[in-house]
Amino acid sequence: MLAFKLALRNLLGAGLRTWLNVIILSFSFIIIIWLKGLLEGWDRQAKNDMIKWEIGGGQFWQASYDPFDPFTLLDSHSTIPDVLSDSVTNGTLVPVLISQGTIYPNGRMQSVLFKGISPEQKVLALPTLKLKSDGTYIPAIIGSSMAESTQLKEGDYVTARWRDKNGTFDAAEIRIACIYQTNVPSVDVGQVWLPIDNVREMMLLPGEATILVANKEGWKTEKSDKWIFKDQKTLLIDIENIIKAKSFVGILIWAILLMMAMLAVFDTQVLSIFRRQKEIGTYVALGMTRGQVVQLFTIEGAMHSVLATLVAAAYGIPLLTFQAIRGISIPVESKDFGIAMAAKLYPVYSLTLITGTVIVVLIVTTIVSYWPSRKIGRLSPTEALRGRIQ
Amino acid sequence: MNDEVIITIEGLKKHFPVGSGRFTALNGIDLSFGKGEFAGLIGPSGSGKTTLLNIMGTLDSPSEGMAIILGESVGNLSARASALLRKSQLGFIFQSYNLFQVYTVFENVEFPLLLQGIEASKRKKMVLDALEWVGLTDKIKSKPAQLSGGESQRVAIARAMVKKPAIVLADEPTANLDAANSHNILQTMEKLNRELKTTFIFATHDEKVIGYVRRKIFLFDGKVAKDEKIEKN
Repeated sequence: MLAFKLALRNLLGAGLRTWLNVIILSFSFIIIIWLKGLLEGWDRQAKNDMIKWEIGGGQFWQASYDPFDPFTLLDSHSTIPDVLSDSVTNGTLVPVLISQGTIYPNGRMQSVLFKGISPEQKVLALPTLKLKSDGTYIPAIIGSSMAESTQLKEGDYVTARWRDKNGTFDAAEIRIACIYQTNVPSVDVGQVWLPIDNVREMMLLPGEATILVANKEGWKTEKSDKWIFKDQKTLLIDIENIIKAKSFVGILIWAILLMMAMLAVFDTQVLSIFRRQKEIGTYVALGMTRGQVVQLFTIEGAMHSVLATLVAAAYGIPLLTFQAIRGISIPVESKDFGIAMAAKLYPVYSLTLITGTVIVVLIVTTIVSYWPSRKIGRLSPTEALRGRIQ
Repeated sequence: MNDEVIITIEGLKKHFPVGSGRFTALNGIDLSFGKGEFAGLIGPSGSGKTTLLNIMGTLDSPSEGMAIILGESVGNLSARASALLRKSQLGFIFQSYNLFQVYTVFENVEFPLLLQGIEASKRKKMVLDALEWVGLTDKIKSKPAQLSGGESQRVAIARAMVKKPAIVLADEPTANLDAANSHNILQTMEKLNRELKTTFIFATHDEKVIGYVRRKIFLFDGKVAKDEKIEKN
């Protein structure tokens, strides 16, 4: 207890020297927490958006469907099995029929995926109600990235060409009924959403689908070899892998920041011991053991991080809370990043993140403070009293 | 002076390694000090005054011979035991004061009492008493940087005396002070010696200090050249 009291007295007595270190350390605290919070917020938002716009509560895939092999698309469709048809009827499963095709916007040719979906579906966030029409045209909805790359606007007509199940090419004019904003590139780039009835008619595949999107988790693969259930976890595996790769970079940045902060503490400790030799000698002369002096210096160093926590809390809590509420605007170019990224990111500062960071910094600071302080244990008090460099 | 012997030194030698050889700082010292002495170790630089003082202060240990301080043999003391002895029974006064710059005068004087674990109210009273002995009660909130040399040394005396130690070891206490401040400091120490019966041992070559001590021990090349007691009223 005495060592804590003396350490605090020494630190506060040192004034500006202490506060400069504390402020630098508090910056590190805030930047570490901010950065980790930002990545965590981004991860959470990316997953949520993927679930909201594409994955739902999981998906039944027709057995031949492989989203990474476009050549299988022609064969990866089946009629909906009887065991699932009730769920499709009541809207808990949303069928999507996927087919390859081409559109010709402004005289250019572009390969796309036509995705047929029910206009009444409520499982995905897509504005499918816009796919309702009076039957005089085929309505289509596309994402803003797709609109940008094709230079299509709402109300534009564009020629669509496809090959039906018999391999016969056919074409029709489709009308862009809506352009939606989404953070999920995989429901935007190269995608044209059409009413499922139109796609079934175009492909000559009545009552068939490629995938069935579930409204919630908990489905299982039924005893049918044609439809396989993929749960959310499986469907999020790619994004999880990206997050893992991103986390490694996050940890690396975190480690660099921590190292920089610790370097400041280490530097202060080394300088302290060098500069305060007479003081160390006086402590020993007044009755402290060298072990007690080592303890005092270690606690002094470690207390920098305690004070930094308090300072960081004083300005960090309002600052980070403000950011968590208001979000951080991301430049438009970040769409090219290939991962779901909103125009605004909302950092998530979990209790685990904050307490974890504080504990890690405290432990590392204590170790870093102890390391140079061990030298005091080897210091001769008579030499220290003379302030002789050893 | 009381006849009770509190320091006994016999055949004390101290060697320091220098390159491949060694330097003998103390070469067979035999001395004893009684309670309440006001003695000076006098000699030129390199005569062994500070080394002897350090051994008596348990900051260093003998190479040969023995030094018994308040019944404890310095050579056989563990680090913890010697720290305990310094904490409770020994006071130090240094040439450059060695005050803690970040502490106030009060905190500097309070420090030895904190180490002893004395409770706050008693500590406060003891600190104020010590500052009254040296006439610095009006400076309790000042930092050492705001004090003159004389005032700083008086704080150092108060810090050494606050725990009422049996022995105060003062290494060149007036070396950084002018004549007026030196006399003032010495008078303060002499008064405390008389009132509290504390043994004061100085390492010095300052004529002013020599004029105050009641025992002059002249050291030369690590040996006692002359040991002379002076009767004063």
